[in-house]
Parts: sequence; structure tokens; C-alpha cells
Amino acid sequence: MAAISTPPGGALSGGGLLPNWAPYAVFLASTALVSAVLAAAGSFSIGLMLLFGVLVSCVGIYVWSRTVEGSRRAVDRTMTMAIAAAFALAMIPLASLLFEVIKRGVPGLSWEFLTEDARGVINGGGAAHALVGTLVITGVATVISVPIGIMAAIYLTEYGDGKLRRALTFFVDVMTGIPSIVAGLFAYALFELFLGPGIRLGVMGSAALALLMIPIVIRSAEEVLKIVPNHLREAAYALGTPKWKTITKIVLPTAFAGLVTGVMLAVARIIGETAPLLVTTGVIDSINSNPFQGRMQNLAVYAYSEYRSPGIDKAASYDRAWAAALLLIAIVMILNVVARMVYRRYKTEIR
Amino acid sequence: MERKEDDMPGAAEKQKQAAESGAEKVTATAPVAAPASSAVKAKTIEVQGVNLYYGDFHAVENVTMTIQPNKVTALIGSSGCGKTTFLRSLNRMHELTPEATVKGTITLDGEDMYGPNVDPVHVRRLVGMVFQQPNPFPTMSIYDNVASGLNLTSSRVKKSQKDAIVERSLRGANLWEEVKDRLDKPGLGLSGGQQQRLCIARAIAVEPEVLLMDEPCSALDPVATLAIEDLIGELKSRYTIAIVTHNMQQAARASDFTAFFNLEESGRPGRLVEVDKTDTIFTNPTQKATEDYVSGRFG
Repeated sequence: MAAISTPPGGALSGGGLLPNWAPYAVFLASTALVSAVLAAAGSFSIGLMLLFGVLVSCVGIYVWSRTVEGSRRAVDRTMTMAIAAAFALAMIPLASLLFEVIKRGVPGLSWEFLTEDARGVINGGGAAHALVGTLVITGVATVISVPIGIMAAIYLTEYGDGKLRRALTFFVDVMTGIPSIVAGLFAYALFELFLGPGIRLGVMGSAALALLMIPIVIRSAEEVLKIVPNHLREAAYALGTPKWKTITKIVLPTAFAGLVTGVMLAVARIIGETAPLLVTTGVIDSINSNPFQGRMQNLAVYAYSEYRSPGIDKAASYDRAWAAALLLIAIVMILNVVARMVYRRYKTEIR
Repeated sequence: MERKEDDMPGAAEKQKQAAESGAEKVTATAPVAAPASSAVKAKTIEVQGVNLYYGDFHAVENVTMTIQPNKVTALIGSSGCGKTTFLRSLNRMHELTPEATVKGTITLDGEDMYGPNVDPVHVRRLVGMVFQQPNPFPTMSIYDNVASGLNLTSSRVKKSQKDAIVERSLRGANLWEEVKDRLDKPGLGLSGGQQQRLCIARAIAVEPEVLLMDEPCSALDPVATLAIEDLIGELKSRYTIAIVTHNMQQAARASDFTAFFNLEESGRPGRLVEVDKTDTIFTNPTQKATEDYVSGRFG
């Protein structure tokens, strides 16, 4: 009892403890020191400051902790500092990307931008046609790939065995790596066979996107179906349940939340595709919500063409391109949030 | 001791005789032990020369025994001796494991379970199973869990009829009083012992003839175990019950017949050493291995 409650320096604590604010203080002090040195050397830059700041803090916290707390804690603190720095490094691109897109995208956003198309407008107009196109093309792609993907995943987890299963898994992996432009060209070539050269349709873009989406859906659904515990299947079988009912009534409902999340993330992954849509859906200035007739615009291609061939007012065109990018990111974010909400609402405890 | 077993020629033959004589004895005593008036005559499972395999691995060798109707038959033996594998072959769950195969015959009231025209799904409707870990369906309420057998297996059942079946099954599993006010709550919200009784209710809701239980109490505390054991005692008036257990006291308390399985050495198949009335197995077994096991000298 006495030994346990002994303050730092007792038999069990093996030395003192640094205060809670120690790592932050070390980091701030190190960066300040590094900045001073860099400024004195006349080569100050934020990048160098952070790089050397982190290195010096790692050394600093090690030395301080070593003298007060001993070597084991010192190593722990150094590693914690290094890992936190690596995490921060990984977050920098994401944060700066978001910051940049918001900063540049917001000026181009307006009610007009969201509700009007660019038909007959020489310079300006909205992106409603691109927004509608994106939603329709992605929606149709989802409708195509979700049943195929989930059924393929059911085959792989519930039915497939041996060589065929392994072969399919291999090809799914290969499909995951298909460059998106290849998917676009494939869809174009396929439709060209039947509808003649130069054909551009929304559904062609959907087909190309579905090609990219199916392997993602298969993969995520397969993982989710795999973690449905086998004892639930056995419980159903032991009641005399046929296999298909075990799958539809037990396995799929148990995995529902995970399946929805997987689909949402797959949608988020393909919604920003540009290359395959350039060759399949073409470019157009007016709203077209019929995927089976005529060209269709979408946000990614819209941003690309506003940037590539700006109007007379270049700055306004660039603004519209950034606004379209912001809109895309917003859609992806909403999809992610919805996925999370669905997951929270419907997740089943799996033991 | 193990060597001796190995060297004994024709041990399997003797077992067979023992099993058959056991069966005869039962037939002889059946009228005496006739179930109470409310009881329903359940079905008999006859096992003839059954061998079970996982791929090339021979898991259980040459089992011949009878599982008597309206009795509790306990399967005891050390870990890995094939009790569970054997139990799973009795409702064709064994073959769900990839590459698992069955040789020999198993009949349910004379009908071959593994006959060419027999659908395993039908076998499992007649031979229900309760597992080691309570496994209520996580997406379903207590009510739906009990009704799941009806919903999953086929027939459209009227709501009023379903209510009656759910209540009867939950009463049958001694769970009704504890859950009647929260039937719409998730089955996973119950305690482990309650979950296991829920699983038993689910199994008996489809009115099987036989109930197989694979160590149903091993995940439960002694109080819950006692509740399940009492329940088993009540259920045998309607069903034929086979229960795998590691707990010899449980076998002694809850069963009428006991089958002792043994594994002479790892890598070899498990064998049925002897099957007899539980009293006989625990007081006067014919095989030395049985005596050693039930007296706690090994296993």
C-alpha cells in the first residue's frame, strides 16, 4: 500500500513524470528554436521549419524524458511524437485540398449555378446539367452494379469453392486495377458495335462506371458477408431452412449495414470519374436527364472543360470549375455521412 | 491402458453387441418407462456402422447405437473424440462442412436419413439442434427469433396461430414469464442463459421429433445450467433428445442413456466405447476405459 501510493521516485514508479503539457511545450520550443536558426541562416520556410521542428522535438522529448523518467518512457514518448507527426503529415494534403477547394469554389457557387444550365450562354451559365448528369449517370451505374456485385459476393462467400472461386477472386482483383479510361473505351467500343460510331449516351457512361464499381462492390460485400458468423447460418440450417432463405433472411439482413456502407463508398469512389465519361457521355450544355438519349454532362467533365476551354472571362470559367469540384466533394461527403448514419442505425451486433 | 484398448481385437464387435443388447434392454423396459399421458411418442434414431470423415481424416469410426424415443441420451468423452461430429451427422449438419462425408446408415423411425431422395432440409426440420454458443438471430426480436423457424421454413402461418406457437414454445422453454412483456426487444438483449432457452424455444417452435444439443450449457453459469437441465427433463416427454456434454455430473443428472466416446490417440478416429443406461455407465460399465473416464482417472 505504502509502496503503491508513494509519489514519483518510489519503488514502483521508477522515477518522476513529465507534466501533461510536456510534448506540446517541447514541440513549440523546438519549432521556435528551429525558426530562429533558419531565420538567422536566411533560409526560413514553413516546410523546413516543420521538418526540423519535428526532428528536434523528437530529440528534445527523448533527452528530457530520459533524464526525468528513464529510458523506457523516453522511447515511448519519442515514438508517440514521431507517430503523431506522421499522422499530421498525412492530414496536411487532405486539409489543404479541402481548404483550397472551398476557398476557390465558394465564389463560383450561386443559386444560378445550381439551377441553370449553360445552353446558349456564351460566357457563364450554371452547372445544373452537369449536376443532373452526374446524379443520373452514377445512379444508373449503381443500379447496374449493386445487384451484380452483391450477388457475385454471395456466390463467392456462400456457394463458390475451389478453383472457380479462386479464379473469380483473382479476376475481381484484376478488375479493381483496370485504369478508368480503359473501362470508358471498352464501354464505347461495346455500344459502338450496336449503335454505330460516334455514339454518346449517358447509359454508356453508366456502363463504364459500373465496370469500375462492380469489383469494389464485390470486394466490400464479400468482406462484410464473411464476417457474418457461421453459427447464424448453422442455426438457420438446423431449423430446416433452405440455403437461399438462409442467405436472404439471415445473412443479408445481418450484413445489411455493412453492405450499404460498402455501396456508398463505392459510389463515392466512382462519382468523380472523368476519363471514361469523356469518351462515353460527351459534352453538352443543356440539361438531359434521359440516359438513353443524347449526350450528358457531368460535374467532373464540366470542371475539366471549363478549365480546358474557358470563356472570354477566364476567371469566371475557372471559378465555375472550382465550384463544380466543390460540389463533387460535397456530394461525396454527404454520401459518406449517409453511409455512416445508415451503419449506425442498422448495424447488428456480431459476435 | 490406452495400449490395451489398441490391442484388444474385435473391440468394435463387442461394442456393437453392447449397443444392441442395450437397445434390447430398453425395448424390454419401454412399457415400464412409458411416458406420462400428456406425452407424445417421438421418433427413434438408429445408427448402423457410421463412419465420419473430414476429407481424408477419419473422425469417427464405426458407431452403432440407438437413440431411444422420449429419452435423453448423453454423449460423453474427452475433447476431440468426435461427439459433436457424430451429433451433427444425426441431422445432416456434418455435411455442411466442406469435404465432410458420412458412411453407414442412420435411420429416423426406420427411414434412411441419408437416402437418395431425402432432402437434408427436411431432415433438419424433424431433427432440431441447439448449439454450444447461444446464437439468436441478431437482427430479430425475441418474438421473431422464436417464430423464425416458421417464417424461414415455409408455410404462411396466421398471426394468431403464430402468437400461440411463440407463446407455447417460450413456455416450453421456461422463458415465457421472463420475456412476455418484451417480445419485441432484440433477442441479443437477454442474458446468456435466457438466450440459450430462447434458442431452445426457437428449435421446438417448428415441432421437431428429435432435439440435438451440443454442449448447451458450456457457456452458462450453474444456475442457468440447472434451468436448462430441468427443461431437458421436461422436454423429453415430447421429444427424443441427444445431448453432448463435457460435464459428467450433467450426464448423470439429466440423461437416461449415456454413450461414451473415446479417442485412443490423436490422429486416430474417435470410437464409441459403450452405450448403456446412464446408471450402468456410471456405476458398472463393461469397459475399463469407460470406468476410468467416468471415475475421473483420465479425460
